[in-house]
Amino acid sequence: MKSFLAKRLGLSVLTVGLAAIIVFFMTHILPGDVARQSLGRQATEEDVIAFNKLYGLDKPLLTQLFNWIKDLLSGNLGVSMSTSRPVSETLIPALGYSARLAGVAFVLIVPLSIAGGIIAAMNRGKKVDRAVTVGGLSAAVIPEFVWAVILLLVFGVVIRIFPISAMPDDGNGGFLQSIWHLLLPSIALLLVLFGYIARITRAGVIEALDSDYMRTAVLKGYSRRKAVTKHVLRNAMLPTIAVVASQIPYLIGGLVAVEMVFNYRGFGTVLLAAVGGRDYAVLQSGVILTSTVIVSFQLIADILFAVLNPRIRQRISE
Amino acid sequence: MTATTTDISEKSNAERLQIRKERLALLRSNKAFIIGMSILGFWVLCAIFGKFVTPFKADEQNYEFVSVPPNGTYWFGTDPNGQDVFSRVIIGSRLILVMSFAATIIGTIAGTSLGLITGYFKGWFDIVVMRLLEAISAIPAIIIALLAIAAIDGQSPTLTVLIIAFVFTPNIARTVRAAVLAEAEFEYVAAARLRTERTAHILFKEILPNVMPPIIVEFTVRLGYAIFAIATLSFLGAGVEYGSPNWGTQISENWAQIFNNQWWPTAFPAIAIASLAVSVNLISDGLLEVFEI
Amino acid sequence: MSTPTLELRNLEVAYTVRGIDREVLRNISLSIQPGEAYGLVGESGCGKSTAAYAAMRYLPRNGKITGGSILFEGRDMVTMSDAEVSTLRNSVISMVYQNPVAALNPTIRVGDQVAEVFELSGKSKSEANKLALEALVKVKIADPEKVMRRYAHQLSGGMAQRVVIAMALASNPRLLVMDEPTTGLDATVEAEVLDLVRELRRETGTAVLFISHNLGVIRHMCDRVGVLYAGALVEQGTTADILSNPQHPYTVGLLRCIPRGGLHKNTDRLETIPGSPPSLGLHFDGCVFASRCTLADDRCRTEKPEMVEVGASHIARCFHHDQAPGMARNIEGASQGLSIRTKQTTQSGDLLQIEKLSKIFNQDGHKVQVVNDVALHVAPGETLGLVGESGSGKTTIAKMILGLTAAEPSSVISINGKKLARTLNKRDVADVGALQIVFQNPDQALNRRHSVTRIVSRAVERLAGLNKSESDNRAHELLSGMRVDASLHNARPAQLSGGLKQRVAISRAFAGSPNLVVCDEPTSALDVSVQATILNLLVDLQKQDDTSYLFISHDLGVVRYISDRIAVLYLGRVMELGNAETVFNGPHHPYTEALVSSVPAIDGSQRKRIRLEGDVPSPANPPTGCVLNPRCPRMAGSGVEGLCTTVEPELKEVEPGHFMRCHIPLDQLRATQQK
Repeated sequence: MKSFLAKRLGLSVLTVGLAAIIVFFMTHILPGDVARQSLGRQATEEDVIAFNKLYGLDKPLLTQLFNWIKDLLSGNLGVSMSTSRPVSETLIPALGYSARLAGVAFVLIVPLSIAGGIIAAMNRGKKVDRAVTVGGLSAAVIPEFVWAVILLLVFGVVIRIFPISAMPDDGNGGFLQSIWHLLLPSIALLLVLFGYIARITRAGVIEALDSDYMRTAVLKGYSRRKAVTKHVLRNAMLPTIAVVASQIPYLIGGLVAVEMVFNYRGFGTVLLAAVGGRDYAVLQSGVILTSTVIVSFQLIADILFAVLNPRIRQRISE
Repeated sequence: MTATTTDISEKSNAERLQIRKERLALLRSNKAFIIGMSILGFWVLCAIFGKFVTPFKADEQNYEFVSVPPNGTYWFGTDPNGQDVFSRVIIGSRLILVMSFAATIIGTIAGTSLGLITGYFKGWFDIVVMRLLEAISAIPAIIIALLAIAAIDGQSPTLTVLIIAFVFTPNIARTVRAAVLAEAEFEYVAAARLRTERTAHILFKEILPNVMPPIIVEFTVRLGYAIFAIATLSFLGAGVEYGSPNWGTQISENWAQIFNNQWWPTAFPAIAIASLAVSVNLISDGLLEVFEI
Repeated sequence: MSTPTLELRNLEVAYTVRGIDREVLRNISLSIQPGEAYGLVGESGCGKSTAAYAAMRYLPRNGKITGGSILFEGRDMVTMSDAEVSTLRNSVISMVYQNPVAALNPTIRVGDQVAEVFELSGKSKSEANKLALEALVKVKIADPEKVMRRYAHQLSGGMAQRVVIAMALASNPRLLVMDEPTTGLDATVEAEVLDLVRELRRETGTAVLFISHNLGVIRHMCDRVGVLYAGALVEQGTTADILSNPQHPYTVGLLRCIPRGGLHKNTDRLETIPGSPPSLGLHFDGCVFASRCTLADDRCRTEKPEMVEVGASHIARCFHHDQAPGMARNIEGASQGLSIRTKQTTQSGDLLQIEKLSKIFNQDGHKVQVVNDVALHVAPGETLGLVGESGSGKTTIAKMILGLTAAEPSSVISINGKKLARTLNKRDVADVGALQIVFQNPDQALNRRHSVTRIVSRAVERLAGLNKSESDNRAHELLSGMRVDASLHNARPAQLSGGLKQRVAISRAFAGSPNLVVCDEPTSALDVSVQATILNLLVDLQKQDDTSYLFISHDLGVVRYISDRIAVLYLGRVMELGNAETVFNGPHHPYTEALVSSVPAIDGSQRKRIRLEGDVPSPANPPTGCVLNPRCPRMAGSGVEGLCTTVEPELKEVEPGHFMRCHIPLDQLRATQQK
C-alpha cells in the first residue's frame, strides 16, 4: 500500500513538474518580448534592461527555469510584473474565492449528474434517458459564458430572482448569502459538466445492469430494485470516480469566463487580468497552482478507485 | 455429393447488405442526427455564401439606428455601433467554422498518429509521450490557450488554431491508443507480421481502418469542443481580432447591454453558438448509436 | 406419472433485432420429472441457452415469450407476477452458469454472495454466514473459510464454479438449471465439477435441466436428452437410445462427424454435414433441417413435420425417420489435386527441430517461466499434436517457433538444419514463409476491413514475391482450391460463416508454400458439424504437399485423429511424447492418464476416472521435484515418493520412440494402469 501511494505521489509530482516546464517554455519560447509587452512601446532601452535584470530575464533560459522551480518549491510564487507586489498577495485570496465557487458548483454537479446517469440507465431507451443523454450533452457543448449570459439575462434581468453579481454587496455577507450569490454561476458550470458525468455514470450502470453478476442476483431471487442497490451501484461508481476527476480541469477552465460575467474576484479574473497586463509572473504561478490542484484531485480519485476496487486493492497490498 | 458448394453462409451478401441498409435507415431515422446535420449544413452555407446574401455588410455602421430593437429592416436589431446584428451573425459563422474545423483536423491527425505509435510500440516511447500528454491535460485548455496568446502578444487566428489542436491532441491520442491496444491483440496483426509486413503498413493499412469508428466519433466530439473553446477565447478577448464579425466577440462587446434591457445584440449570437455546438453534438450522438460503440 | 417438475408446453420465444422479431424457440415441448436429469444438446445459435433461461423465466431485454407456457410443478410461470417468480427463484429453482467468474460480483466477497441466498430466505446475518460456510464445505472447496473472504477474480474457474453451485444448491432447489457449466474449464477440472454434480444429485434428488454442446458430457450426466436444431426440438429420448440409435437425420449426422477413438486420418475420412447451422431467427416454411439434409424432399421444404413416436419414449420430428439410421454416408471427396508447394523438400530427417526452448515472462516484477527447456522435432509431412491444459505453455511454444514471441537466448529453433533468428523481423522471407499458422478464432485473425481476396493475395505477394495481379490470380486459385466459392472472393470476412472464414485463414497460411503450419485450436471456435470439413481439408493439404503440422488442441478426440505423434505438456514441460496411439493406449504418464480418463465418452463406455486433485499450480511458483507431484495420482505407493518430491525427472526414452518425464518405472506404470 505504501509503495502504491509513493508511486502515485511520485507520478503526480512528475506531472506537475512537466506541466511547469511546458508552461515555462510556452511563455519564453513563443515569439514576443516580455519586457516590451510589460512596459509598453514608449519604454526606453534602459528601462528594458533594468526590467530584465529585475525579473532575472537576462539570465540563460535554463537558469531562469531552475530559479523559478526553486522558488516555487520554497513557496515563493514570484513578484508581479505589473504591480511589483508578491504574486501570492493577489493570487491566494483569489484562489480562496474560486475554491468557494467551485466548491458550490461541485456539490451541485456531482450528486445531480450521478443521479441523472442512474435514472437514465434505469429507463434505458425511454424519454427520460434521451433527455439526460442528448439534452445533457447538448447543454454541455454550449460554452459557459453563453450559459452565464443567458442565465443572467433570464434570472437576473427579466425575472429578477438572482443577484447579478456573484460577490455579495459588502463583499463579505453571511455564509448563506454568499452561497445564494454563487448559485447562478454554479448553475452555468453545472449545465456544462452535467452531461458528460451523467453519460459515463449511465454507461457504468448499464454495464453493471447487463453483467452476468446482475443476472445471478436476479436469479437468486432478488427483486430488480434490490439487485440494483446491492449489486449494481458499487460497481457502476468506479468509472464515475474517474470521470469526475477528469472533469476538474474543465470546471476550473470554466471559472475564467463565469467569473468574468458574474463579476467575481476569483482566480480566473486575476488570470485574465494578467493576460491583459502581460504579467507572466502571475500567469506562470497561477497556471502551476491550477495544475497542482487538478493533479491532486486525480490522485485522490486514483486512491479512491483503488480502495473501492478489490482487484486493484489486492495488487497493491501484495 | 458436392458438400462444400452449399457451405455458403446464411449471412449471405444480400443479408449483409440488408444490415448495412438497416443501419443507414437507422441513421436516417435518427431525428437528432438529421436535425444536427441540417443545422450544421445551414451554418456551412452561411459561412460560404453569407457575404453575398446579407442585407448589410458586416462592418457597415449606421449611426442613425443605434441599438434599435429587432424590426422589419433590422431583423435582429442593431448593436450600439449601429451595425446590423443579423448580418453579423450570418457572416460571423465563417471564422468560427473555419477555425474549429482546422483545429480539429490538425489535432485529430496529430493525436491519431501519436495514438497509433504509442499503442503499437508501448515501451519507453509510450511512457514518455503519455506522461507529457498527462501533463498537458493537467492544465485547462482555455488557460493554456490564454497563456500562449498572451505570450505571442497578438490576436492570431492561426496560432489559436494550433494551440487548440495542441491541447486536443492528448484526448484523441488516448482514445486512439486504447483502441490500438485492443486491436494489436487481434491475430490479424500477427498474421501481417508473419508475411513480413513493415510496421508502417501494419499501422496504417491494417490497424487504422479498424479504429476509424472511434476516431470519427472523437472527431465530432472534439469539433464540438473546438467551437466551445474558440467562442470562449474570442469572448475573453483573445484569439481573434477585436471587432471582427465573430459570435464570441459580439457577445463580449455587447453583453453588458443586457442590463439596459438591450438583449438582442447578445442573444442572437448566443443562440448561434448554441445551435452550432448542439448540431455537432447531435451528429456525434447519431454516429455513436449507429457505430454501436 | 406425477406432475413434472418442469414442463415447457409449446413454448415460443422471439428476440427483437433491429426492430424485427426473430423466432429463437419454435414450439418447444418437454417435461422433466422430479429427480430426473434432462439434457438439451445442440450447436451454437440453436437456442439451448435461451431455453435454459426461459425455464427461469429470464429473458434478455430484447427477448419475449410469444406463446406457450412454462409450468413449474403445474403452475404457469408465464402468467405469474414478478414477485412470485422471485420467490420461486429464491426457494425452489436455481441456476448454474457458463462463465462462473463473471457470474460473481467482482466487488463483493464470495462468502457474502453465498450468504445472500440465505438472507433472502429470512435468515439472520450471522446464521446466513454460518450456512454459507456449510454450503462451501458441501461442494468440497479446500479451505472454505479463506475462500469466503475472497473476491471472484481470486478464484480459478473450477473454484468459481463450485461457489456458484454452492449458491445454487443453498436453497435446496427442486429444479437446477445448468447452462454449459463446464464449458471453458480444463478437462480435468471439468471432470471434477461433473463428478461433484453427480454426487450432489444422488444426495438431493434434484431435477436437472442440463444444457451442453458436448455429447460426451450429456451422456455422462443425463437420463434423457432432447436435440435442438435452429430453435426446434428435433428428437428426444433416453440418452443411451438417442446416442446409440438416433432417428433424426441431424442427430445421425452429428454423431457421425465427431472424431471418435479408433479413427485416424491415415485410414478414415470424417463424415460431414453439408452447410452450416442457420443464423438466429431465420424463417422456415418446412423442416428446419431440410436445407442440409440428404433425405430432404419437396414435402420437407414446404411442410413442418410433427413429432412422431419412433421407439419406446423416443420421438423424432422427421417424415423420413425410418431412413435416417441407414442414411448414405456423406464423405466429401479429397480436394482436386491443388498443389500448394512449388518447391519440394528433398531432405530426409527432421524439418523442424527445437532444443532448449524456454520462455520467462516478467509479471509484476516476478519472473515466471512458462516454457521450460522443451525439445521437439517434426518430420516432413508429420503432424505433432500438442496437448495440455491452460497454463501448459502450448500457445507460447507455437508463438516462439513462429518468432512472434522471442524465445530465451539459449533456445535453438532450426528448420531444415538452419538455425532461425529468435524474432520475426530478423528472419528472412523464406524462413518466415516456411512457418505459418492457422489461428483459433478466424474473426480476429482476418482483418475485417479487407476483402477475402486481399487477405490471401497480400500474403502471396509478400511471401511468394509475385506482383499484384499474379498474386490476385494465385489467391483466387488457392481460395477455390479450399472450396471458397468464387462469388465470395470479394466479400468481407463478416459475410462468411465460421467454417468459410477458417478456410480463408487456411488459404492465407498456405499462400507462401509453408513447410510447417501451426494449427492453434483451428476448429474449437467451430461447430462440430463444420469441424469435420476443416479437419478433412487439413489432411488433404498435408497429403498433397507433405506439409508438417504442429497441431494444438484441447480436444483429445481431434488430436488423436489428426496426429502422428503427440506431446503432452504440463506447466511448460513435455511430460510425455510418443506415437498418437501409444500415448492414448498407454502405458501413460500419470498426467496423461488423468487427462485421457477425464474425457466423458459418447458411447457411454466407462473408463475408471483417475483424479487430479486441486488446481494447476502457478508457473510463478512451481512445486519442487516433479511439477506434478502435489497432484500426481500414481505417486502414492509408487515407492519413489522421496524422489518425486525432491528431484525433477528428466524426459527419457522409456521404450523406442516413447518418452516420459516420470520417476516411476514404465513396467510399474503399466501394471498399475491395467488394474
